[in-house]
Amino acid sequence: MAKMILDFEKPILELEKKVEEMRRYADNPDIAQEIARIEKRVRQLQQSVYSGLTRWQKVQMARHADRPYTLDYIQLMTTDFVELHGDRAFKDDKAIVGGLARIGDTSVMIMGQQKGRDTKSNVYRNFGMPNPEGYRKAMRLMKLAEKFGRPVITLLDTPGAFPGLEAEERGQAEAIARNLFEMARLRVPIIVVIIGEGASGGALGLGIGDRILMLEYAWYSVISPESCSSILWRSWEYKEQAAEALQLTAPDLKKQGIIDAIVPEPLGGAHRDHQQMAAILKETLLQELKALKKLKPEKLVERRIDKFSRMGVTVG
Amino acid sequence: MSWFRRSKENIAAETQKKEIPDGLWTKCDACGEIIHKKELQKNFFTCSKCNAHFRVGSEEYLAVLLDEDSFKESDKKMRSGDPLKFVDTKKYRDRTNDAIKKTRLYDALRWGTGTIKDLPVVLAVMDFSFIGGSMGSVVGEKIARAVDKAWKTKTPLIIVSSSGGARMMEGALSLMQMAKTSAKLTRLADVRKPYISILTDPTTGGVTASFAMLGDVIIGEPNALIGFAGPRVIKQTIGKDLPPGFQRSEFLLEHGFLDMVVHRRDMRDTVHSILTHLA
Repeated sequence: MAKMILDFEKPILELEKKVEEMRRYADNPDIAQEIARIEKRVRQLQQSVYSGLTRWQKVQMARHADRPYTLDYIQLMTTDFVELHGDRAFKDDKAIVGGLARIGDTSVMIMGQQKGRDTKSNVYRNFGMPNPEGYRKAMRLMKLAEKFGRPVITLLDTPGAFPGLEAEERGQAEAIARNLFEMARLRVPIIVVIIGEGASGGALGLGIGDRILMLEYAWYSVISPESCSSILWRSWEYKEQAAEALQLTAPDLKKQGIIDAIVPEPLGGAHRDHQQMAAILKETLLQELKALKKLKPEKLVERRIDKFSRMGVTVG
Repeated sequence: MSWFRRSKENIAAETQKKEIPDGLWTKCDACGEIIHKKELQKNFFTCSKCNAHFRVGSEEYLAVLLDEDSFKESDKKMRSGDPLKFVDTKKYRDRTNDAIKKTRLYDALRWGTGTIKDLPVVLAVMDFSFIGGSMGSVVGEKIARAVDKAWKTKTPLIIVSSSGGARMMEGALSLMQMAKTSAKLTRLADVRKPYISILTDPTTGGVTASFAMLGDVIIGEPNALIGFAGPRVIKQTIGKDLPPGFQRSEFLLEHGFLDMVVHRRDMRDTVHSILTHLA
Protein backbone atom coordinates (compact mmCIF):
# COMPACT_ATOMS: atom_id res chain seq x y z
CA MET A 1 0.00 0.00 0.00
CA ALA A 2 2.72 2.43 0.96
CA LYS A 3 4.25 4.39 -1.88
CA MET A 4 7.15 5.48 0.23
CA ILE A 5 9.16 3.03 2.32
CA LEU A 6 11.62 4.15 4.96
CA ASP A 7 14.70 1.98 5.59
CA PHE A 8 13.57 0.85 9.00
CA GLU A 9 10.12 -0.02 7.68
CA LYS A 10 11.47 -2.48 5.09
CA PRO A 11 11.84 -5.67 7.19
CA ILE A 12 8.36 -5.18 8.63
CA LEU A 13 6.73 -4.64 5.25
CA GLU A 14 8.55 -7.64 3.79
CA LEU A 15 7.20 -9.92 6.51
CA GLU A 16 3.72 -8.49 6.05
CA LYS A 17 3.92 -9.20 2.35
CA LYS A 18 4.92 -12.75 3.08
CA VAL A 19 1.92 -13.19 5.39
CA GLU A 20 -0.35 -11.86 2.69
CA GLU A 21 1.00 -14.34 0.15
CA MET A 22 0.63 -17.24 2.56
CA ARG A 23 -2.99 -16.32 3.27
CA ARG A 24 -3.87 -17.62 -0.19
CA TYR A 25 -3.13 -21.09 1.12
CA ALA A 26 -4.64 -20.52 4.56
CA ASP A 27 -6.96 -23.56 4.34
CA ASN A 28 -3.89 -25.70 4.92
CA PRO A 29 -3.60 -26.07 8.76
CA ASP A 30 0.22 -26.12 8.70
CA ILE A 31 0.31 -22.84 6.85
CA ALA A 32 -2.29 -21.27 9.14
CA GLN A 33 0.00 -22.04 12.05
CA GLU A 34 2.97 -20.58 10.21
CA ILE A 35 0.97 -17.42 9.48
CA ALA A 36 0.18 -16.95 13.14
CA ARG A 37 3.86 -17.40 13.96
CA ILE A 38 4.99 -14.79 11.45
CA GLU A 39 2.29 -12.37 12.46
CA LYS A 40 3.55 -12.56 16.00
CA ARG A 41 7.05 -11.86 14.72
CA VAL A 42 5.78 -8.84 12.80
CA ARG A 43 4.23 -7.40 15.94
CA GLN A 44 7.40 -8.01 17.94
CA LEU A 45 9.52 -6.47 15.22
CA GLN A 46 7.23 -3.44 14.99
CA GLN A 47 7.37 -2.92 18.70
CA SER A 48 11.14 -3.11 18.83
CA VAL A 49 11.63 -0.89 15.75
CA TYR A 50 9.18 1.82 16.78
CA SER A 51 10.21 1.97 20.40
CA GLY A 52 13.82 2.47 19.36
CA LEU A 53 13.49 5.15 16.69
CA THR A 54 16.19 7.80 16.70
CA ARG A 55 15.21 11.45 16.51
CA TRP A 56 16.18 11.62 12.86
CA GLN A 57 14.02 8.55 12.10
CA LYS A 58 11.10 10.31 13.75
CA VAL A 59 11.72 13.32 11.53
CA GLN A 60 11.50 10.93 8.56
CA MET A 61 8.21 9.57 9.92
CA ALA A 62 6.86 13.12 10.23
CA ARG A 63 7.71 13.67 6.56
CA HIS A 64 6.35 10.35 5.31
CA ALA A 65 4.64 10.96 1.97
CA ASP A 66 1.62 8.85 2.99
CA ARG A 67 1.10 10.64 6.29
CA PRO A 68 -2.34 12.22 6.76
CA TYR A 69 -2.38 15.97 6.09
CA THR A 70 -4.66 18.74 7.34
CA LEU A 71 -7.46 18.13 4.82
CA ASP A 72 -7.37 14.38 5.55
CA TYR A 73 -7.96 15.06 9.23
CA ILE A 74 -10.70 17.55 8.47
CA GLN A 75 -12.41 15.02 6.24
CA LEU A 76 -12.04 12.13 8.68
CA MET A 77 -12.78 13.94 11.94
CA THR A 78 -15.45 16.50 11.06
CA THR A 79 -18.71 16.94 9.21
CA ASP A 80 -20.23 19.84 7.27
CA PHE A 81 -16.86 21.36 6.40
CA VAL A 82 -17.21 24.72 4.68
CA GLU A 83 -13.86 25.91 3.37
CA LEU A 84 -13.29 29.67 3.51
CA HIS A 85 -10.78 31.36 1.25
CA GLY A 86 -8.60 34.43 1.02
CA ASP A 87 -7.11 37.12 3.23
CA ARG A 88 -9.37 39.90 1.83
CA ALA A 89 -6.26 41.86 0.92
CA PHE A 90 -4.09 40.08 -1.60
CA LYS A 91 -5.01 36.50 -2.48
CA ASP A 92 -5.87 33.00 -1.34
CA ASP A 93 -2.82 31.09 -0.13
CA LYS A 94 -3.20 27.40 -1.00
CA ALA A 95 -0.57 26.39 1.58
CA ILE A 96 -2.99 27.16 4.41
CA VAL A 97 -6.53 25.80 4.36
CA GLY A 98 -9.31 26.45 6.80
CA GLY A 99 -12.99 26.81 7.41
CA LEU A 100 -16.00 25.98 9.53
CA ALA A 101 -16.60 22.38 10.52
CA ARG A 102 -18.46 20.31 13.06
CA ILE A 103 -16.57 18.00 15.38
CA GLY A 104 -18.92 15.93 17.51
CA ASP A 105 -21.71 18.44 17.85
CA THR A 106 -19.50 21.53 18.18
CA SER A 107 -18.98 24.03 15.37
CA VAL A 108 -15.32 25.01 15.18
CA MET A 109 -12.96 26.97 12.97
CA ILE A 110 -10.34 24.48 11.85
CA MET A 111 -7.26 25.28 9.80
CA GLY A 112 -3.70 24.25 9.07
CA GLN A 113 -0.85 24.17 6.61
CA GLN A 114 -1.54 21.84 3.69
CA LYS A 115 1.07 19.80 1.83
CA GLY A 116 0.56 18.11 -1.51
CA ARG A 117 0.75 14.37 -2.23
CA ASP A 118 2.48 14.47 -5.60
CA THR A 119 4.48 16.93 -7.65
CA LYS A 120 1.44 18.61 -9.13
CA SER A 121 -0.40 19.09 -5.86
CA ASN A 122 2.81 20.05 -4.11
CA VAL A 123 3.35 22.86 -6.57
CA TYR A 124 -0.27 23.92 -6.03
CA ARG A 125 0.22 23.85 -2.23
CA ASN A 126 3.74 25.32 -2.42
CA PHE A 127 4.94 22.24 -0.46
CA GLY A 128 3.01 23.47 2.56
CA MET A 129 5.11 26.63 2.82
CA PRO A 130 2.81 29.60 3.44
CA ASN A 131 3.21 33.15 2.19
CA PRO A 132 2.16 36.16 4.31
CA GLU A 133 -1.37 36.06 2.89
CA GLY A 134 -1.73 32.53 4.29
CA TYR A 135 -1.09 33.74 7.83
CA ARG A 136 -3.41 36.69 7.22
CA LYS A 137 -6.14 34.40 5.94
CA ALA A 138 -5.72 32.26 9.07
CA MET A 139 -6.01 35.37 11.24
CA ARG A 140 -9.13 36.47 9.40
CA LEU A 141 -10.73 33.10 10.09
CA MET A 142 -9.72 33.27 13.75
CA LYS A 143 -11.28 36.71 14.10
CA LEU A 144 -14.41 35.32 12.53
CA ALA A 145 -14.41 32.49 15.08
CA GLU A 146 -13.95 35.02 17.87
CA LYS A 147 -16.85 37.11 16.63
CA PHE A 148 -19.19 34.13 16.69
CA GLY A 149 -17.74 32.50 19.80
CA ARG A 150 -16.45 29.36 18.08
CA PRO A 151 -13.31 27.50 19.23
CA VAL A 152 -10.30 27.39 16.94
CA ILE A 153 -8.32 24.25 16.07
CA THR A 154 -5.04 24.62 14.19
CA LEU A 155 -3.08 21.74 12.65
CA LEU A 156 0.63 22.42 12.15
CA ASP A 157 2.50 20.74 9.30
CA THR A 158 5.04 22.79 7.38
CA PRO A 159 8.70 22.68 6.35
CA GLY A 160 8.72 26.43 7.03
CA ALA A 161 7.29 29.76 5.91
CA PHE A 162 8.19 30.35 2.26
CA PRO A 163 11.55 32.14 1.97
CA GLY A 164 10.79 33.95 -1.27
CA LEU A 165 11.29 37.43 -2.63
CA GLU A 166 7.60 38.32 -2.77
CA ALA A 167 7.02 36.83 0.68
CA GLU A 168 9.53 39.32 2.05
CA GLU A 169 8.02 42.19 0.05
CA ARG A 170 4.62 41.46 1.54
CA GLY A 171 5.95 41.18 5.08
CA GLN A 172 6.37 37.52 6.02
CA ALA A 173 7.83 38.57 9.38
CA GLU A 174 5.03 41.02 10.10
CA ALA A 175 2.35 38.48 9.20
CA ILE A 176 3.77 35.88 11.59
CA ALA A 177 4.40 38.41 14.37
CA ARG A 178 0.85 39.73 14.05
CA ASN A 179 -0.56 36.20 14.38
CA LEU A 180 1.47 35.52 17.53
CA PHE A 181 0.16 38.75 19.03
CA GLU A 182 -3.48 38.32 18.04
CA MET A 183 -3.63 34.61 18.84
CA ALA A 184 -2.31 35.35 22.34
CA ARG A 185 -5.34 37.48 23.06
CA LEU A 186 -8.06 35.77 21.00
CA ARG A 187 -11.15 35.45 23.21
CA VAL A 188 -12.11 31.90 22.20
CA PRO A 189 -10.39 28.59 22.98
CA ILE A 190 -7.51 27.60 20.68
CA ILE A 191 -6.20 24.05 20.42
CA VAL A 192 -2.97 23.55 18.50
CA VAL A 193 -1.92 20.14 17.15
CA ILE A 194 1.48 19.53 15.59
CA ILE A 195 0.55 16.75 13.15
CA GLY A 196 3.75 16.49 11.08
CA GLU A 197 6.53 19.00 10.63
CA GLY A 198 6.67 21.98 12.96
CA ALA A 199 9.42 23.99 11.36
CA SER A 200 10.16 27.21 13.14
CA GLY A 201 8.27 30.48 12.75
CA GLY A 202 6.33 29.14 9.79
CA ALA A 203 4.67 26.62 12.11
CA LEU A 204 4.48 28.88 15.15
CA GLY A 205 2.51 31.42 13.08
CA LEU A 206 -0.52 29.17 13.76
CA GLY A 207 0.87 27.82 17.02
CA ILE A 208 -0.35 29.92 19.97
CA GLY A 209 -3.08 28.21 21.95
CA ASP A 210 -4.55 27.11 25.25
CA ARG A 211 -3.58 23.50 24.67
CA ILE A 212 -0.63 22.37 22.55
CA LEU A 213 -0.85 18.74 21.44
CA MET A 214 1.69 16.85 19.40
CA LEU A 215 1.46 13.59 17.51
CA GLU A 216 3.88 10.88 18.61
CA TYR A 217 6.04 11.08 15.46
CA ALA A 218 5.84 14.79 14.70
CA TRP A 219 8.75 17.18 15.15
CA TYR A 220 8.79 20.81 16.26
CA SER A 221 11.80 23.07 16.55
CA VAL A 222 13.44 26.38 15.83
CA ILE A 223 15.06 25.05 12.64
CA SER A 224 15.11 21.86 10.56
CA PRO A 225 17.94 19.40 11.30
CA GLU A 226 19.34 19.94 7.78
CA SER A 227 19.52 23.72 8.06
CA CYS A 228 20.92 23.46 11.57
CA SER A 229 23.60 21.11 10.26
CA SER A 230 24.49 23.46 7.41
CA ILE A 231 24.87 26.44 9.73
CA LEU A 232 26.56 24.93 12.79
CA TRP A 233 28.53 22.13 11.14
CA ARG A 234 28.88 24.00 7.83
CA SER A 235 27.79 20.85 5.99
CA TRP A 236 24.48 19.16 5.18
CA GLU A 237 25.86 15.82 6.39
CA TYR A 238 25.22 16.18 10.13
CA LYS A 239 21.42 16.12 10.12
CA GLU A 240 21.28 13.08 12.43
CA GLN A 241 23.47 14.78 15.03
CA ALA A 242 21.55 18.03 14.60
CA ALA A 243 18.25 16.23 15.20
CA GLU A 244 19.67 14.73 18.39
CA ALA A 245 21.08 18.07 19.58
CA LEU A 246 17.87 19.98 18.85
CA GLN A 247 15.72 17.55 20.89
CA LEU A 248 12.75 18.07 18.63
CA THR A 249 10.51 15.03 19.23
CA ALA A 250 7.23 14.91 21.14
CA PRO A 251 8.74 13.41 24.34
CA ASP A 252 11.51 16.05 24.19
CA LEU A 253 9.03 18.89 23.93
CA LYS A 254 6.89 17.48 26.70
CA LYS A 255 9.96 17.45 28.92
CA GLN A 256 10.78 21.05 27.98
CA GLY A 257 7.28 22.14 29.00
CA ILE A 258 6.36 23.33 25.50
CA ILE A 259 3.57 20.88 24.69
CA ASP A 260 0.78 19.72 26.99
CA ALA A 261 0.20 16.19 25.69
CA ILE A 262 1.42 13.61 23.21
CA VAL A 263 -1.21 12.06 20.95
CA PRO A 264 -0.30 8.39 20.33
CA GLU A 265 -0.17 7.14 16.74
CA PRO A 266 -1.23 3.71 15.48
CA LEU A 267 1.59 1.12 15.58
CA GLY A 268 3.92 1.94 12.71
CA GLY A 269 2.80 5.56 12.49
CA ALA A 270 -0.14 7.65 11.32
CA HIS A 271 0.49 6.77 7.64
CA ARG A 272 -0.29 3.08 8.33
CA ASP A 273 -3.87 3.83 9.35
CA HIS A 274 -5.44 7.21 8.60
CA GLN A 275 -8.85 6.22 10.02
CA GLN A 276 -7.48 5.09 13.35
CA MET A 277 -5.22 8.13 13.64
CA ALA A 278 -8.10 10.50 12.94
CA ALA A 279 -10.30 8.65 15.45
CA ILE A 280 -7.67 8.97 18.18
CA LEU A 281 -7.17 12.67 17.48
CA LYS A 282 -10.89 13.36 17.29
CA GLU A 283 -11.48 11.75 20.68
CA THR A 284 -8.64 13.82 22.19
CA LEU A 285 -9.95 17.05 20.67
CA LEU A 286 -13.48 16.43 21.97
CA GLN A 287 -12.15 16.01 25.50
CA GLU A 288 -9.98 19.12 25.24
CA LEU A 289 -12.84 21.21 23.84
CA LYS A 290 -15.10 20.13 26.67
CA ALA A 291 -12.57 21.23 29.29
CA LEU A 292 -11.85 24.59 27.62
CA LYS A 293 -15.52 25.49 27.17
CA LYS A 294 -15.82 25.96 30.93
CA LEU A 295 -13.38 28.87 30.99
CA LYS A 296 -14.43 32.52 30.60
CA PRO A 297 -12.70 34.46 27.81
CA GLU A 298 -10.74 36.69 30.25
CA LYS A 299 -9.46 33.66 32.15
CA LEU A 300 -8.62 31.87 28.91
CA VAL A 301 -6.50 34.76 27.62
CA GLU A 302 -4.80 35.32 30.96
CA ARG A 303 -3.86 31.66 31.25
CA ARG A 304 -2.66 31.53 27.65
CA ILE A 305 -0.32 34.49 28.08
CA ASP A 306 0.99 33.11 31.38
CA LYS A 307 1.54 29.71 29.79
CA PHE A 308 3.92 31.09 27.14
CA SER A 309 5.49 33.52 29.62
CA ARG A 310 6.79 30.58 31.65
CA MET A 311 8.73 29.05 28.75
CA GLY A 312 12.50 29.32 28.86
CA VAL A 313 15.41 28.42 31.12
CA THR A 314 17.61 31.17 32.56
CA VAL A 315 20.08 31.48 35.40
CA GLY A 316 20.52 34.51 37.68
CA MET B 1 29.96 44.91 0.21
CA SER B 2 29.92 42.97 -3.01
CA TRP B 3 29.14 39.26 -2.99
CA PHE B 4 32.56 38.01 -4.04
CA ARG B 5 34.39 39.90 -1.36
CA ARG B 6 32.23 38.36 1.29
CA SER B 7 32.63 34.79 0.08
CA LYS B 8 36.38 35.16 0.07
CA GLU B 9 36.44 35.66 3.79
CA ASN B 10 33.65 33.20 4.70
CA ILE B 11 30.24 33.94 6.12
CA ALA B 12 31.15 34.74 9.70
CA ALA B 13 33.39 37.60 8.64
CA GLU B 14 30.57 39.86 7.56
CA THR B 15 29.12 40.01 11.04
CA GLN B 16 32.42 41.31 12.33
CA LYS B 17 33.03 43.88 9.66
CA LYS B 18 31.37 46.95 11.00
CA GLU B 19 32.07 46.59 14.68
CA ILE B 20 33.73 49.42 16.51
CA PRO B 21 37.45 49.44 15.80
CA ASP B 22 40.12 49.52 18.48
CA GLY B 23 42.71 51.68 16.74
CA LEU B 24 42.64 55.44 16.36
CA TRP B 25 41.63 55.37 12.71
CA THR B 26 39.11 53.30 10.92
CA LYS B 27 37.98 52.85 7.34
CA CYS B 28 34.36 53.09 6.30
CA ASP B 29 33.41 49.84 4.61
CA ALA B 30 30.89 51.53 2.38
CA CYS B 31 32.92 54.42 0.92
CA GLY B 32 36.50 53.81 2.05
CA GLU B 33 36.73 57.05 3.99
CA ILE B 34 39.36 57.04 6.74
CA ILE B 35 37.74 58.35 9.90
CA HIS B 36 39.27 59.26 13.24
CA LYS B 37 37.76 57.42 16.20
CA LYS B 38 36.76 60.64 17.98
CA GLU B 39 35.08 61.88 14.84
CA LEU B 40 33.24 58.58 14.47
CA GLN B 41 32.02 58.72 18.04
CA LYS B 42 30.88 62.31 17.64
CA ASN B 43 28.89 61.19 14.60
CA PHE B 44 27.16 58.41 16.56
CA PHE B 45 29.29 55.83 14.73
CA THR B 46 28.13 56.83 11.29
CA CYS B 47 30.34 57.84 8.37
CA SER B 48 30.44 61.60 7.96
CA LYS B 49 31.00 61.21 4.23
CA CYS B 50 28.50 58.55 3.13
CA ASN B 51 26.24 58.21 6.19
CA ALA B 52 26.91 54.48 6.56
CA HIS B 53 25.78 53.30 9.99
CA PHE B 54 28.36 51.19 11.81
CA ARG B 55 27.11 48.37 13.98
CA VAL B 56 27.21 49.40 17.61
CA GLY B 57 26.58 47.64 20.90
CA SER B 58 24.07 48.33 23.64
CA GLU B 59 26.44 50.66 25.50
CA GLU B 60 26.70 52.98 22.49
CA TYR B 61 22.98 52.85 21.75
CA LEU B 62 22.04 53.69 25.32
CA ALA B 63 24.18 56.81 24.91
CA VAL B 64 22.43 57.61 21.62
CA LEU B 65 18.97 57.56 23.19
CA LEU B 66 19.10 58.23 26.90
CA ASP B 67 19.92 61.21 29.10
CA GLU B 68 23.43 60.85 30.50
CA ASP B 69 23.69 58.54 33.52
CA SER B 70 19.95 57.89 33.56
CA PHE B 71 20.15 54.19 32.72
CA LYS B 72 19.45 51.74 35.53
CA GLU B 73 20.04 48.21 34.32
CA SER B 74 18.04 45.21 35.55
CA ASP B 75 18.91 41.51 35.49
CA LYS B 76 22.40 42.35 34.32
CA LYS B 77 23.87 38.93 35.03
CA MET B 78 21.06 36.76 33.73
CA ARG B 79 22.49 33.98 31.57
CA SER B 80 21.33 30.98 29.63
CA GLY B 81 20.60 27.77 31.51
CA ASP B 82 21.68 25.59 28.53
CA PRO B 83 18.48 23.51 28.84
CA LEU B 84 19.36 21.04 26.07
CA LYS B 85 23.05 20.61 26.99
CA PHE B 86 23.53 21.41 23.32
CA VAL B 87 26.66 20.33 21.50
CA ASP B 88 27.53 20.91 17.84
CA THR B 89 31.17 21.36 16.85
CA LYS B 90 31.47 23.13 20.18
CA LYS B 91 29.56 22.97 23.45
CA TYR B 92 26.93 25.68 23.81
CA ARG B 93 28.16 26.19 27.37
CA ASP B 94 31.65 26.99 26.01
CA ARG B 95 30.18 29.19 23.31
CA THR B 96 28.33 31.34 25.85
CA ASN B 97 31.34 31.46 28.20
CA ASP B 98 33.59 32.58 25.34
CA ALA B 99 31.07 35.19 24.27
CA ILE B 100 30.82 36.48 27.84
CA LYS B 101 34.60 36.82 28.00
CA LYS B 102 34.87 38.45 24.59
CA THR B 103 32.00 40.91 24.89
CA ARG B 104 31.83 41.43 28.67
CA LEU B 105 28.09 40.98 28.34
CA TYR B 106 26.03 38.10 29.73
CA ASP B 107 23.72 37.66 26.76
CA ALA B 108 22.48 39.43 23.64
CA LEU B 109 20.17 41.98 25.30
CA ARG B 110 20.26 44.48 28.15
CA TRP B 111 17.27 46.19 29.66
CA GLY B 112 16.48 48.77 32.27
CA THR B 113 14.88 52.14 32.88
CA GLY B 114 16.06 55.61 31.93
CA THR B 115 14.94 58.99 30.67
CA ILE B 116 14.85 60.69 27.27
CA LYS B 117 14.84 64.45 27.78
CA ASP B 118 13.41 63.74 31.23
CA LEU B 119 10.64 61.44 29.95
CA PRO B 120 10.87 58.08 31.74
CA VAL B 121 11.12 55.02 29.48
CA VAL B 122 11.74 51.30 29.76
CA LEU B 123 14.47 50.41 27.30
CA ALA B 124 15.85 47.15 25.94
CA VAL B 125 18.81 47.05 23.55
CA MET B 126 20.26 44.06 21.73
CA ASP B 127 23.94 43.28 21.16
CA PHE B 128 24.74 41.67 17.82
CA SER B 129 28.26 40.88 19.02
CA PHE B 130 26.88 38.26 21.46
CA ILE B 131 26.32 35.09 19.36
CA GLY B 132 24.87 37.10 16.49
CA GLY B 133 22.31 38.80 18.71
CA SER B 134 20.41 35.54 18.78
CA MET B 135 17.28 35.19 20.88
CA GLY B 136 17.23 32.39 23.42
CA SER B 137 15.64 32.15 26.85
CA VAL B 138 17.57 35.13 28.25
CA VAL B 139 16.58 37.59 25.52
CA GLY B 140 12.98 36.37 25.74
CA GLU B 141 12.83 36.58 29.54
CA LYS B 142 14.44 40.03 29.62
CA ILE B 143 12.01 41.37 27.03
CA ALA B 144 9.15 39.83 29.00
CA ARG B 145 10.37 41.56 32.16
CA ALA B 146 10.86 44.87 30.35
CA VAL B 147 7.27 44.65 29.04
CA ASP B 148 6.03 43.78 32.53
CA LYS B 149 7.84 46.79 33.96
CA ALA B 150 6.40 49.11 31.30
CA TRP B 151 2.96 47.58 31.85
CA LYS B 152 2.98 47.85 35.64
CA THR B 153 4.47 51.34 35.79
CA LYS B 154 2.55 52.54 32.72
CA THR B 155 5.76 53.67 31.05
CA PRO B 156 6.56 53.74 27.31
CA LEU B 157 8.72 50.89 26.02
CA ILE B 158 11.53 51.13 23.50
CA ILE B 159 13.32 48.10 22.06
CA VAL B 160 16.39 48.41 19.83
CA SER B 161 16.85 45.22 17.80
CA SER B 162 19.84 43.72 16.04
CA SER B 163 19.71 39.99 15.64
CA GLY B 164 20.28 37.06 13.35
CA GLY B 165 17.12 35.43 14.74
CA ALA B 166 16.29 32.74 17.25
CA ARG B 167 19.17 30.89 18.93
CA MET B 168 19.47 27.36 17.56
CA MET B 169 21.26 26.04 20.62
CA GLU B 170 18.15 26.25 22.77
CA GLY B 171 15.96 24.43 20.23
CA ALA B 172 12.20 24.85 20.45
CA LEU B 173 12.59 26.91 23.64
CA SER B 174 14.16 29.66 21.51
CA LEU B 175 11.21 29.46 19.13
CA MET B 176 8.86 29.89 22.08
CA GLN B 177 10.53 33.19 22.98
CA MET B 178 8.82 34.61 19.88
CA ALA B 179 5.50 33.54 21.36
CA LYS B 180 6.40 34.72 24.84
CA THR B 181 7.51 38.23 23.86
CA SER B 182 4.54 38.73 21.50
CA ALA B 183 2.05 37.48 24.11
CA LYS B 184 3.46 39.81 26.75
CA LEU B 185 3.15 42.80 24.42
CA THR B 186 -0.64 42.35 24.31
CA ARG B 187 -0.72 43.41 27.97
CA LEU B 188 1.11 46.66 27.25
CA ALA B 189 -1.36 47.32 24.44
CA ASP B 190 -4.19 46.91 26.98
CA VAL B 191 -2.94 49.83 29.09
CA ARG B 192 -2.36 52.00 26.01
CA LYS B 193 1.27 52.79 26.54
CA PRO B 194 3.38 53.18 23.41
CA TYR B 195 5.97 50.66 22.28
CA ILE B 196 8.54 52.02 19.84
CA SER B 197 10.56 49.42 17.95
CA ILE B 198 13.90 50.50 16.48
CA LEU B 199 15.46 48.16 13.93
CA THR B 200 19.19 48.28 13.29
CA ASP B 201 21.45 46.30 10.97
CA PRO B 202 20.69 43.40 10.86
CA THR B 203 17.28 42.42 12.21
CA THR B 204 16.19 39.07 10.80
CA GLY B 205 14.46 35.77 11.59
CA GLY B 206 12.56 35.16 14.79
CA VAL B 207 13.19 38.60 16.21
CA THR B 208 11.67 40.32 13.18
CA ALA B 209 8.81 37.80 13.17
CA SER B 210 7.89 38.67 16.76
CA PHE B 211 8.43 41.74 18.94
CA ALA B 212 10.46 43.78 16.43
CA MET B 213 7.52 44.01 13.98
CA LEU B 214 4.93 44.69 16.69
CA GLY B 215 5.83 48.29 17.57
CA ASP B 216 3.11 50.94 17.63
CA VAL B 217 5.74 52.87 15.74
CA ILE B 218 8.53 51.05 13.91
CA ILE B 219 11.70 52.93 12.96
CA GLY B 220 14.58 51.62 10.84
CA GLU B 221 18.13 52.87 10.66
CA PRO B 222 19.29 53.73 7.13
CA ASN B 223 20.27 50.73 5.01
CA ALA B 224 19.69 48.22 7.83
CA LEU B 225 19.03 44.65 6.68
CA ILE B 226 15.55 43.71 7.90
CA GLY B 227 13.71 40.52 6.97
CA PHE B 228 12.39 37.12 7.86
CA ALA B 229 14.54 34.81 5.75
CA GLY B 230 18.17 35.72 5.19
CA PRO B 231 19.18 36.93 1.70
CA ARG B 232 21.36 33.87 1.12
CA VAL B 233 18.45 31.48 1.71
CA ILE B 234 16.13 33.49 -0.54
CA LYS B 235 18.72 33.59 -3.29
CA GLN B 236 19.10 29.80 -3.10
CA THR B 237 15.33 29.31 -3.11
CA ILE B 238 14.52 31.44 -6.12
CA GLY B 239 17.80 30.81 -7.93
CA LYS B 240 18.15 34.44 -8.93
CA ASP B 241 20.15 37.43 -7.78
CA LEU B 242 18.29 39.72 -5.45
CA PRO B 243 17.50 43.26 -6.58
CA PRO B 244 19.70 46.02 -5.13
CA GLY B 245 18.38 47.39 -1.85
CA PHE B 246 16.27 44.28 -1.21
CA GLN B 247 15.38 43.87 2.50
CA ARG B 248 16.98 47.18 3.41
CA SER B 249 15.17 49.77 5.56
CA GLU B 250 14.24 51.93 2.58
CA PHE B 251 12.76 48.87 0.84
CA LEU B 252 10.61 48.09 3.87
CA LEU B 253 9.53 51.71 4.14
CA GLU B 254 8.49 51.60 0.48
CA HIS B 255 6.51 48.39 1.03
CA GLY B 256 4.74 49.74 4.08
CA PHE B 257 6.43 47.89 6.92
CA LEU B 258 8.30 50.76 8.57
CA ASP B 259 6.92 54.08 9.72
CA MET B 260 10.17 55.86 8.95
CA VAL B 261 13.88 55.59 8.34
CA VAL B 262 15.82 57.78 10.73
CA HIS B 263 19.53 58.69 10.88
CA ARG B 264 21.08 57.66 14.17
CA ARG B 265 21.94 61.24 15.12
CA ASP B 266 18.23 62.15 14.89
CA MET B 267 16.96 59.04 16.67
CA ARG B 268 16.74 60.57 20.15
CA ASP B 269 14.82 63.63 18.93
CA THR B 270 12.47 61.50 16.84
CA VAL B 271 11.69 59.07 19.65
CA HIS B 272 11.17 61.94 22.07
CA SER B 273 8.82 63.65 19.66
CA ILE B 274 6.71 60.48 19.24
CA LEU B 275 6.59 59.99 22.99
CA THR B 276 5.33 63.54 23.55
CA HIS B 277 2.43 62.70 21.22
CA LEU B 278 1.55 59.29 22.63
CA ALA B 279 2.82 58.92 26.19
